[in-house]
Amino acid sequence: MRSMLAFAVALLLGVAAHAAVPLQASKVSVSEAGQLERDAQIELARQIVMHGSPQGAHSCATCHGEEGQGKTKAAFPHLAGLPAPYLIRQLRHFNQMARDNPSMQAIAHNLSESQIVALAAYFSRLVPPPVMGATVQPPALGEQLALHGSGAVPACVTCHGPGGRGLGGALSAAFPPIAGQPAVYLERQLVAWRNDKRPAGPDGLMGAVGKHLTVEQIRAVSLYFAAQPTLSNVPTAVVRP
Amino acid sequence: MTRPCTLHLSRIAGLAAAIVVLAGCGRPGVPKQETAASRNERAASPHLVVFAPPPLSEIPDDAFGAEVRHGEALFRNTLANAPQYVGNSLTCQSCHLDAGRLAGSAPMWAAWVSYPAYRSKDRRVDTFAARLQGCFRYSMNGKPPPLGSPVLVALEAYSYWMAKGAPTGALLAGARYPVLPRPAQGWNYARGKTVYEQHCALCHSPDGQGLLVDGKPWFPPVWGSRSYNWGAGMARLDLAAGFIKGNMPLGNGGSLTDQQAWDVAYYIDGHERPQDPRYLGSILATREAFHAGPFDTYGRSVDGRLLGAGTGTTGTTTGAHGKRATKPAGT
Ligand code: HEC
Ligand code: HEC
Ligand code: HEC
Ligand code: HEC
Repeated sequence: MRSMLAFAVALLLGVAAHAAVPLQASKVSVSEAGQLERDAQIELARQIVMHGSPQGAHSCATCHGEEGQGKTKAAFPHLAGLPAPYLIRQLRHFNQMARDNPSMQAIAHNLSESQIVALAAYFSRLVPPPVMGATVQPPALGEQLALHGSGAVPACVTCHGPGGRGLGGALSAAFPPIAGQPAVYLERQLVAWRNDKRPAGPDGLMGAVGKHLTVEQIRAVSLYFAAQPTLSNVPTAVVRP
Repeated sequence: MTRPCTLHLSRIAGLAAAIVVLAGCGRPGVPKQETAASRNERAASPHLVVFAPPPLSEIPDDAFGAEVRHGEALFRNTLANAPQYVGNSLTCQSCHLDAGRLAGSAPMWAAWVSYPAYRSKDRRVDTFAARLQGCFRYSMNGKPPPLGSPVLVALEAYSYWMAKGAPTGALLAGARYPVLPRPAQGWNYARGKTVYEQHCALCHSPDGQGLLVDGKPWFPPVWGSRSYNWGAGMARLDLAAGFIKGNMPLGNGGSLTDQQAWDVAYYIDGHERPQDPRYLGSILATREAFHAGPFDTYGRSVDGRLLGAGTGTTGTTTGAHGKRATKPAGT
């Protein structure tokens, strides 16, 4: 049953990638047609997540978990709940070898643009994993930097939202949530910016921030955000006045 | 040559670059434009003292330290800590980054050792406290806390503590905002709009109104009824351009060209904002009295609109300096 669906999905591939267009263009049968296309897109992504892409990309689940929950011990980031535009941007950067990670470069090399879009839609809809309490007490320096910044480095939460959980909508697409990612993963990203090894991001903002961080600050702030919950009981109220 | 806005010479005796224009204080006696040459001369001056404020972790754990912390809290979260004196959605930190510690962002440690200062426009010596009052009245569109009030005492304690060890009267590197040479192409609204949309709108919103998060000002409004009023220093193009060049986009200061900084300053200050508390009953009279300088947009027609009508939410001006119609827009 599933393989038949997968076949249908493969045929739909081209359509699925452009789901957003008819959704906006016509309001008539949008709900039905849109829903079908979304289902197809999600199913396409599911196949890749579980079994890899036909071109040979490994199954994402191997490293990022079936639910996109990541693997803290191996420093594989969670993808669940990250905004689709952010995920698309990252997969393109790996695909273009602009972001430095040999495994992910090889994987993204074997993904088409429409597969990238489908995978991003898939993971963005999942609920991020809860965070196990901190194993190491984060140094006070980490919290100071996260909440207040230091010198030319603004408070991380200014862009990444309260607790690093993002500011929602277009802002989260630009400034992804960073709460609850593995500390080693976070540290690697910040070191990459310090060394010009990761694209600077929208308007060069994160690259500029990373440049100013010391090794000590990077360690401390990574431990801090790794220990922050991905979800909050009190949702952040973001208002455009 | 008129120097309406220089520090009294005796305070910076021996400093050849005494032509430093302390632009923040000036109007309507138009401050002399600091040229790129005089600026470089100033920057290269052997008299420029390099200073770094102590880390916050060194705030002492005693009664004085408590006052310092109170000042820091006021600085970061002004509305919550001094609601009676604040009339907009800004904080002191909105324009003095890193809680007033960042060089090039008019830091408080550099300000503390620069007062009292003679300000020729004012024709009097202003104390540091009077300077703080100015920022409340104009930049915060509010009401100046009375001299000796807990709010001013806390802000003074915080600034004094930060300036510990800085030589009084010295010109410190990183004081005030960067001074930009006047732009070759003048300033232009359409170009400014493009810069705004590309580099600013993400945070400050396309409509300039910023963002509130959990009820707190998060990305501050850059124009409109919740921003600084027409009497504020930031309403002047040279100060706004200097601030923007040095500090915006947030975290990536210095990334815009000077031309972009001037253009986007003109775009921001080309929008309506709360009335100047010194309003004299007509836009024309107010412009003549306080906004005759080349860097003012008040009372000018920008993008087909005459600016200066205000937004109907002018802050209270009954405080200590409310009666002084000649008080310059310090901040
Ligand atoms: C062999 C293990 C492995 C597999 C399989 C794998 N990934 Fe990754 N992925 C990683 C690692 C490791 C990183 C962190 C890279 C770094 O440090 O920059 C990563 C990072 C990412 C990121 C960036 C996350 C962020 O927060 O910026 C995305 C997106 C991603 N992977 C998507 C995928 C998708 C989609 C698949 C399946 C097609 C996949 N990955 C398969 C190991 C893997
Ligand atoms: C001025 C805004 C801004 C500030 C302040 C900021 N960031 Fe970022 N950050 C960004 C942007 C933009 C991105 C997205 C980069 C991209 O798309 O590749 C980002 C991405 C990240 C990522 C990558 C997340 C992932 O899943 O791979 C990490 C980690 C991060 N930031 C940490 C921090 C830390 C720690 C601080 C405070 C020291 C901080 N940021 C402050 C703008 C900011
Ligand atoms: C809308 C932006 C803005 C806000 C908000 C603001 N200021 Fe200012 N402030 C300025 C400008 C502009 C100057 C003049 C800087 C210059 O001349 O280079 C200034 C100057 C100052 C100075 C004198 C600096 C010097 O070196 O002479 C002090 C002190 C000061 N502000 C304190 C405060 C305090 C305290 C608050 C909060 C109650 C505050 N400011 C809020 C824009 C602002
Ligand atoms: C990443 C988000 C971000 C971007 C992009 C950004 N700003 Fe800001 N801006 C801020 C924040 C946050 C503050 C207040 C600083 C603080 O509280 O620490 C601020 C303060 C200001 C202020 C002084 C306060 C006010 O509201 O008047 C002005 C003026 C300003 N920005 C102009 C600009 C301009 C012009 C650009 C584009 C060139 C820009 N900003 C880009 C986040 C941003």
